[in-house]
Amino acid sequence: MTIEFQTTGTRAAGGSYLIRGAAVLGAERTDLLLQGGRIAAVGTGLDSAGATVVDADGLLALPGMVDLHTHLREPGREDAETVETGTRAAALGGFTAVHAMANSSPVADTAGVVEQVFSLGREAGWVDVRPVGAVTVGLAGERLAELGAMADSRARVRMFSDDGICVSDPVLMRRALEYIKAFDGVIAQHAQEPRLTEGAQMNEGKVSAVLGLAGWPAVAEESIIARDVLLAQHVGSRLHVCHVSTAGSVDILRWAKARGVNVTAEVTPHHLWLTEDLVRSYDPVYKVNPPLRSDEDVRALREALADGTIDVVATDHAPHPSEAKDCEWAQAAMGMTGLETALSVVQHTMIETGMIGWADFARVTSHAPARIGQLPDQGRPLQAGQPANLVLVDPAARWTVQPETMASKGRNSPFRGRELPGAVVATFFRGHPTVLDGELHSPYRDPGVAPARFGSVGTAGAAGTAGAAGGQYGGQ
Amino acid sequence: MRHLLSTQDLSREDAVRILDTAEEMAAVGEREVKKLPALRGRTVVNLFFEDSTRTRISFEAAAKRLSADVINFSAKGSSVSKGESLKDTAQTLEAMSADAVVIRHWASGAPERLARSGWIDAAVINAGDGTHEHPTQALLDAFTMRRHWSRLAGSDSTAADLAGMRVAIAGDVLHSRVARSNVWLLKTLGAHVTLVAPPTLLPVGVEHWPCEVSYDLDAVLASGVDAIMMLRVQAERMNDSFFPSTREYSRRWGFDDGRLAALDALGLKDTIILHPGPMNRGLEISSAAADSPRSTVLAQVRNGVSVRMATLYLLLSGDLRRTAPTHGVRAVKIPVEIPETAL
Repeated sequence: MTIEFQTTGTRAAGGSYLIRGAAVLGAERTDLLLQGGRIAAVGTGLDSAGATVVDADGLLALPGMVDLHTHLREPGREDAETVETGTRAAALGGFTAVHAMANSSPVADTAGVVEQVFSLGREAGWVDVRPVGAVTVGLAGERLAELGAMADSRARVRMFSDDGICVSDPVLMRRALEYIKAFDGVIAQHAQEPRLTEGAQMNEGKVSAVLGLAGWPAVAEESIIARDVLLAQHVGSRLHVCHVSTAGSVDILRWAKARGVNVTAEVTPHHLWLTEDLVRSYDPVYKVNPPLRSDEDVRALREALADGTIDVVATDHAPHPSEAKDCEWAQAAMGMTGLETALSVVQHTMIETGMIGWADFARVTSHAPARIGQLPDQGRPLQAGQPANLVLVDPAARWTVQPETMASKGRNSPFRGRELPGAVVATFFRGHPTVLDGELHSPYRDPGVAPARFGSVGTAGAAGTAGAAGGQYGGQ
Repeated sequence: MRHLLSTQDLSREDAVRILDTAEEMAAVGEREVKKLPALRGRTVVNLFFEDSTRTRISFEAAAKRLSADVINFSAKGSSVSKGESLKDTAQTLEAMSADAVVIRHWASGAPERLARSGWIDAAVINAGDGTHEHPTQALLDAFTMRRHWSRLAGSDSTAADLAGMRVAIAGDVLHSRVARSNVWLLKTLGAHVTLVAPPTLLPVGVEHWPCEVSYDLDAVLASGVDAIMMLRVQAERMNDSFFPSTREYSRRWGFDDGRLAALDALGLKDTIILHPGPMNRGLEISSAAADSPRSTVLAQVRNGVSVRMATLYLLLSGDLRRTAPTHGVRAVKIPVEIPETAL
């Protein structure tokens, strides 16, 4: 695996940081020296000369989280979120990379759009922004988008998804799976049989029967996953299943993996915790797609994440302006914010229940998603020589969710008012602290790439904040 | 209780109090001057996002008989159809100091949103929301059944419930707010409920409801019922393959002349037939059944006004609204004790 960052690493701006006494993956306490964008040394009693010391007493060091499923809304819905606000939220949530879903306006179905999003991410400087390309033109499910052009673009797209809409046409799905083999891509499927979910408002079952809301049956997800794992096996390609939400889907994935199908799957933090009973309030903050399911499903999802049947946690962070939720249930938009609560919700649902440890947490939030998304600089072990993408977490912290205080523009957190465990104290992105003391510090500025290409970005200042990179990318 | 949103959370005590109050209100409807000053100076808004002339005029008559000022706000042709949100509409009504909002909405849960969102302080009455609930319809059905059940028992209906009554509800349960409200309320009042429908028109999850479920109307009739309620079938369901044809539906699940005769043959001489209206004669109910002495269709309409008077009265000034100023007298007694000279 090549480490692309190496070409610019030694010239990275900012000083060096000595993290003193962090428990790496919850194990022995150690020091980590970050220099030139990399972990220069790991050990006890490291020399702090010339480095800013970060006291990590009582803190965990984890690899920076990688989100495979983020809606940044830009271009097109900047009232809901922008790359800037969404990636600020990501950094605060402990992420060093996010995958921006393709359902923007215009849709990310051409090299131009994915490069724009990629460049906006670079300018923002809070995390790596990896655009996801649409599978079909305009997400219309009719003909393939120029997948190869997106793969060859500066954004180097490897993950393709019509997320929000299922690639329901079996022939189109087959062709997409086949075609992406040419550049080692992966299709991330939003598994939702459209005819079975027309007008669907919530999980179909005992609660929908009472509430009189049109049902979204589990079979609509499971039948597509069953079809797609068989297709992936038939054509020998890679499939990733977005936001798995039912116990039946877990069974199918387990079966497919046992057969050797090249399939990976994600679960959202909200599906690991919340159930359909919350819909009884008719509060659209609980409206999401796929919908909140039953207790039994939640249990199955947790077990599947623990045993590896589900590979990763992905947020499906879906910010909406308040008017999209301040209305009748049927009128409301689907989706929940998640970047700033993901770590805490996974700690609550998986770690504090004893189902996984922090090393597993690193696997499902960093190593595995980086591998699936093919991000060579991300999800690396916290060892000397590796890129310095890491997060310091206070696992003993307790905080109450207040969406109004979040960096995301979205206020649609389903965890409002809940007390959550675990807080991100610092996030280091390419050796630079994007978050310190639990607050945004400053964005990373890439001194190697930006000036060389565009020549207009100033040299980085003391903390790497001085780069005035606004609006230089994207060929606008 | 500040609002009437559902029958599911209605206690037996509150349900019986509403029905008892409705009996008192019914007495007003039999007077020469059909009016009480109980809600004088109060404003009731009928907020209808979906057409329903029958329900609207029933609420309007109820509010006017209680001397309330009534504003009818129809979403059709108003700012609502121009994209105004429920929130803005609610806040407009709040600014106009509405005391009660009677809301009919095509979206399930819209009354709940109105009541719980903090947009408005008024009492909210659900006049039918999507495929969720229609609590005043269930209350008027229960009122109608209670009168019948008490008369058979030779007792006064006041304070009575429906203990032991066998009620069958037949038709499109899946899309019926009337069925849902009736199942919860009838269960609370002690009746034994059986739902009869094609399997396609029963919701997944119905097995958790406090009732029996059958696909066979004839078997249910043969097992003995004291009341049968026929639900309206929307013709457009046919296009969605819920059943093959209206004729087949009618044969298997309609209350036709044959089944009307069967009631006599089965010796069920006191069984009544209810329908929430409007009826599809010849589809879910035959004309002979609808017009037979067993039919309570018109009594239901009449009782609807009484039940809605009781609901408005109890929510706006009675003891269902515990935060309201007390009148020092039991709510159910007030309407009939006011001398007509005070009008």
